[in-house]
Amino acid sequence: MLRKKSSVVLSACAVFGLFVAAAVGAADSDVPDVQTIVTRANIVAYYQGDDGKATVKMTITNKAGQTREREFIILRKDVVDGGDQNYFVYFQRPSDVRRMVYMVKKHVGEGKDDDRWLYLPALDLVKRVAASDKRTSFVGSDFVYEDVSGRSLDLDTHELIETTDTMFIVKNVPKKPEEVEFSYYTVAVDRKTYVPTKMDFYDKQGQLYRIIESKDVKTIQDFTTVTKSVVKDLKTGGQTEMEFTDIQYNIGIGDIFEERYLRRPPREAMR
Amino acid sequence: MIGSAGKTRNPKLEIRNKHEWREGSKSQTDPTRLRQHFGLGDFVLSICFGFCASPFGFLHAVGPGRRMPGVATALLVLALACVPVAGEEAAEQQEARNPVREFFDRLDTEYHGFYEVRAGSRLQNDPHQKDLSIMEARYQFDLFHMRDWGDIKIKGDVYGDGVEEKGVFDLREANLFGRPTDFMDVKLGRQVLTWGTGDLVFINDLFPKDWQSFFIGRDTEYLKAPSDAVKASFFMDWANLDVVYTPEFDSDRFISGERLSYWNPVLGDRAGRKDKLSTERRREFFEEDELALRLYRNVRNYELALYGYWGYWKSPGGFNETMTAAIFPELHVYGASLRGTVGKGIGNVEVGYYDSVDDRDGDDFLINNSEMRYLVGYTQEIARDFTAGVQYYVEQILDYDDYENSQPAGMPKRDEFRHLTTLRLTKLLMNQNLSLSLFTYYSPSDEDVYVRPVANYKASDHLAVEVGGNVFFGDEAHTFFNQFHNNTNAYLAVRYSF
Repeated sequence: MLRKKSSVVLSACAVFGLFVAAAVGAADSDVPDVQTIVTRANIVAYYQGDDGKATVKMTITNKAGQTREREFIILRKDVVDGGDQNYFVYFQRPSDVRRMVYMVKKHVGEGKDDDRWLYLPALDLVKRVAASDKRTSFVGSDFVYEDVSGRSLDLDTHELIETTDTMFIVKNVPKKPEEVEFSYYTVAVDRKTYVPTKMDFYDKQGQLYRIIESKDVKTIQDFTTVTKSVVKDLKTGGQTEMEFTDIQYNIGIGDIFEERYLRRPPREAMR
Repeated sequence: MIGSAGKTRNPKLEIRNKHEWREGSKSQTDPTRLRQHFGLGDFVLSICFGFCASPFGFLHAVGPGRRMPGVATALLVLALACVPVAGEEAAEQQEARNPVREFFDRLDTEYHGFYEVRAGSRLQNDPHQKDLSIMEARYQFDLFHMRDWGDIKIKGDVYGDGVEEKGVFDLREANLFGRPTDFMDVKLGRQVLTWGTGDLVFINDLFPKDWQSFFIGRDTEYLKAPSDAVKASFFMDWANLDVVYTPEFDSDRFISGERLSYWNPVLGDRAGRKDKLSTERRREFFEEDELALRLYRNVRNYELALYGYWGYWKSPGGFNETMTAAIFPELHVYGASLRGTVGKGIGNVEVGYYDSVDDRDGDDFLINNSEMRYLVGYTQEIARDFTAGVQYYVEQILDYDDYENSQPAGMPKRDEFRHLTTLRLTKLLMNQNLSLSLFTYYSPSDEDVYVRPVANYKASDHLAVEVGGNVFFGDEAHTFFNQFHNNTNAYLAVRYSF
């Protein structure tokens, strides 16, 4: 078994299926070094194509079985492949957040915080969002911000701990453990497609407490795409399912990541 | 701009007879009258109090006649337990079969909105106002239709107002939006407009505010009153320009005594609904108009903006020569703002020069002097789902010597500098379904405080329950926030969104 340490870490799993695509012609026999695996999986998970769009439906289920739903259209455009990128999220449900827009300019690199904006239509208010903790729940779901837009590659060290017939199993250890709630997490990466298919998070006591799994994978515009993923929080008993529809890649998203489109989103973001 | 809400130097009131309103106000507190009028509204109010009692212990100061009966408590708990479940089922059914929605679906028009009941009471006796601070059942509809050439939006509120005992239709938005070219957006019609960097403090945002709604505990949405205007936005490589033209002056919905008691320097006392502020409105179409400009650009995610405004003081800024009515003197404002990342949070600075055109020398005691206004703010997430924001705001009266010399003897004078700090604390709990928020204004120069605690719980995707308060206190009866002391109130709201 090849073991190598790297300063690059696999970012979060393919939470947003539209950013997951096939890496065609992956070699079966050769096992690449761990840095190659995580870099490639990161590109596959978050940077496929120049841009992407999908309608996302989240179903949040708590321990008691009560459910809440979120529905939004998300647009993504890369600034640099594997680096900075922009996200535009237009909420459709529930009705009290309908037409709200959330915009993120993601900055990759140690100590760099993302720029985030929120538009509240009832007040015509453009807010800067000060949130800097990326391990905070995304819109009240069991997914955190880092699951959605990716965990910066240089925040962890990691190693290839196992290679099976179909998967690379990568262990990721945070460089600054005080900033996160996990002690490490493992990711199973598909050897053919480089799609991260399962992530297991372990708490400070070494107990497994959080699992993210890709439940459904489809091929869209020649890109292998996760269309359903589920996160389970074993501590709270809650889980969130995320389903993607109307997925499109390389649609030619322009410079929509500015105040003009926060106040009135472009048509492609609204339907 | 919060500094100018309801603040006038020499309010002259329509007082029929001083004795008359004192007598009228006495009857308000007559316990027999209260009992006679104890109806459905009071029942809801009792529920409100019962609900509020645990998070806000001070509510026990409310008189015993208004304590919540045990049965009501039981009913409330039962109702709160049932409603989320019933609400979900009802929601599914409603979305499937609602004939109104079906009608708008056929027109390819999005139909949304909410139903809301909101009830609140003053927490102390106010001789000039009713005990009820708010009591309304509200329906909001929100229609949105997209065409190739643009969008149509219509949003309106219909509500029964139990305090003023009347029905109200408030058209909040009715506008057309279009993108005629790559570099231009246009929005025409009734619309809500906001810009600037302050958090519940406004310098260069001179669009109309509804301070009355804000203070009596309506949703924050209602702080922004709509404008009847055209907004044209131009997007260029070097900067963007917003031009807002309002052909007929839209004033603030300022504190007039209608719903809130306020300090009246003529009486030397607080006054209320029997002594409403009389104003000379500006209604000359295309003559008494407003123009607001914003030139802005984003430099490495730092948002830089320059502002200009040519119009009138939004809340009364003076009196007519016979001192029979408050007026809206001419006002020009020039300002700038900057907002962006500072350390782990977001910092903002904003300044504005208020050019009071009708009293540029500052020696006309009837008209507001010119002012400088300054704001600096910082917001940061200090723990997970816990955000803190602080602001420091200063209003400076220019030509203060002339102001001081021109004021009639005996009038309480404003300080040359009014200092105001704000603190916002927001904590999200229970998967972000429970939001606890505390917004506090504290003025070290006026020595008064305004606190806005709000707890909002989303019981389901459709149903939300909100409990909140508006608490005013201070040393002197005439200062900006403490003049509203007797309006200190708590409220409960239940909202069903669809």
